[in-house]
Amino acid sequence: MSLTKDHAALAQVFNNDEERVDWHDETLWFVRAKRDRASHGIPDWELLRETASRIKHNVLSNMHNYLVQFEENALANGIKVHWAADAAEHNAIVLSILKEKGIERMVKSKSMLTEECHLNDFLQDNGVEVIDSDLGERIVQLAKEPPSHIVLPCIHKKKEEIGDIFHEHLGTAAGESDPQILTETARQHLREIFLTRRAALTGVNFAIAETGEFVVCTNEGNADMGAHLADVHIASMGFEKLIPQRKHLSVFLRLLTRSATGQPITTYSSHFKKPRPGQQMHIIIVDNGRSIQLSREDFRNSLKCIRCGACMNTCPVYRRSGGHSYHTAVAGPIGSILAPNLDMEKYADLPFASTLCGSCTNVCPVKIDIHDQLYKWRQVIVKNGYSTKTKTAMMKGMTLALSSPAIFNLSGKAGRLALKFIPFAVNNGLNPWYKQRDMPTPPEGSFTDWYKKNRKGGKP
Amino acid sequence: MSREKILNAIRQNQPEYQPLPEEVNFYFEDVDLIEKFKQVLEFIGGRLHAVSNYTEAKAYLESIMPPAGRWITAVPEFQDHATLIEPGDPHLLENVDVAIIKAHFGVAENGAVWVTEELMGARALPFITQHLVILLNKNNIVPLMQQAYRLIGNVEYGYAAFIAGPSKTADIEQSLVIGAHGPRSLTIILTD
Repeated sequence: MSLTKDHAALAQVFNNDEERVDWHDETLWFVRAKRDRASHGIPDWELLRETASRIKHNVLSNMHNYLVQFEENALANGIKVHWAADAAEHNAIVLSILKEKGIERMVKSKSMLTEECHLNDFLQDNGVEVIDSDLGERIVQLAKEPPSHIVLPCIHKKKEEIGDIFHEHLGTAAGESDPQILTETARQHLREIFLTRRAALTGVNFAIAETGEFVVCTNEGNADMGAHLADVHIASMGFEKLIPQRKHLSVFLRLLTRSATGQPITTYSSHFKKPRPGQQMHIIIVDNGRSIQLSREDFRNSLKCIRCGACMNTCPVYRRSGGHSYHTAVAGPIGSILAPNLDMEKYADLPFASTLCGSCTNVCPVKIDIHDQLYKWRQVIVKNGYSTKTKTAMMKGMTLALSSPAIFNLSGKAGRLALKFIPFAVNNGLNPWYKQRDMPTPPEGSFTDWYKKNRKGGKP
Repeated sequence: MSREKILNAIRQNQPEYQPLPEEVNFYFEDVDLIEKFKQVLEFIGGRLHAVSNYTEAKAYLESIMPPAGRWITAVPEFQDHATLIEPGDPHLLENVDVAIIKAHFGVAENGAVWVTEELMGARALPFITQHLVILLNKNNIVPLMQQAYRLIGNVEYGYAAFIAGPSKTADIEQSLVIGAHGPRSLTIILTD
């Protein structure tokens, strides 16, 4: 195991404050409920999901040609296209674009890819200041934390804590926690940033092979404020963001925000096709392990993800453990099937951070079989020797007990006796299942005993 | 070069070819499109006002907008009330209070309107202005995004956007605040 704390240990820290856990749980369930209302408003929602899933399937199967087509069209549109095999190359490309223009300050809108690549740290180490402009991202940036959710970056923070951060960094009155006032303060602060930064980096929600354009979705308008006022616009995208044709946006834009927050569409769905006169526009197409994921038959569907966050909002484990417990850029169920591809050892714990209830799969707008993949990753991880020693020992014990009726009967008896007379043998720190739980009262006898006693000559 | 490396890996690893799904017509309720559009627009924080001519539109805007502020428009017919936008440095739009532009069409299911670059005058204008006013012909409302993209087709533009309501955020404890980085209000003027 790696030296960093695993999901269970980090979740335990989060669970120290029970009231906060309840609040976090309820806040995300509120978002999930909004998603339900929005999706139920579309009678053929399932047809929409199926269509989106099949379009993405086509994309995965024809990725090479679509990428070549996209590059050709983007170049014809006057966009510069770069290719990055990994995070380091992506970051180096961004730095070189800025250096060439002598730019030392950049404004950035939401991009989980740049979180995955740790771009901010890299640029700061190289003397470039980066300011995140999405309100939630700005808040966690000031707090020196990563986002805890891909759509709602500071969902783990209470308004009073945000008030304290703003008091320290942006000069609001001490104790001020009114969301209206805090948002207005951020608006004024970031307006000055938008007006003075010569470079803006945005993410990409969808890139269209047929036209060479890309679409960025925001509610705040921060991607547009940054890009339209900057001399240089850099857009970073994982190659799986491609869709074949412009008209396919009519499927994905209907699904994205309804699944994410229950809105019918984001305030802005911005289609960038050409740089404005005098502006430079760059696209960086990033692999960083995606081509390996594409080779994994059981896991490649994870590349269909459109980053709506619905699987997080619905996940009973995510809601009660918080995004930071996943120690990866993309948290929750989808993050737990993406991360092991990048580093199986470091993220060996994540596929186990699930009850396999399947709710993630049910809400996924592109029908990724998330909980099946979590289950499959567990097997791959154990087979490759990355599961913890206690878990492996436990599994071996279970295999033994379940394969022999004599041992099964004996262990059942022992278990009942133990719960009755020595409960501390189960209720101890070595058993993670006992945390936050009380053990049930043990039954008097086994089911077999009961059945024998009550059968009364009936057929077995 | 990484380009070849990435493309080769993808070619090697991508699954067997799967065709695109056949195009289907998605369901939409047979309702009054203007009424539906208005209802959704109000739900997402915008407002709609119907007029029968531009004179009425101007009188309405005078009654609801800050009078002393800087008004900019990309619609020549509004020149008597606002300054016609000219090409130039977008930073000069920093202090615009009211921007008046036209949209191509609206979408009933989500309250969005489609605006291409040439209707904006400048890409930054619909975002940097404090208040945004968009003129929409009442006959140009489609039910779903499906019809919207059929209208857009393969039309050429440098930049275009669906705009749905004023800018907003709910990043602080899921409390909705209107006026994040873009306009604090969005008014759709429905014209004949």
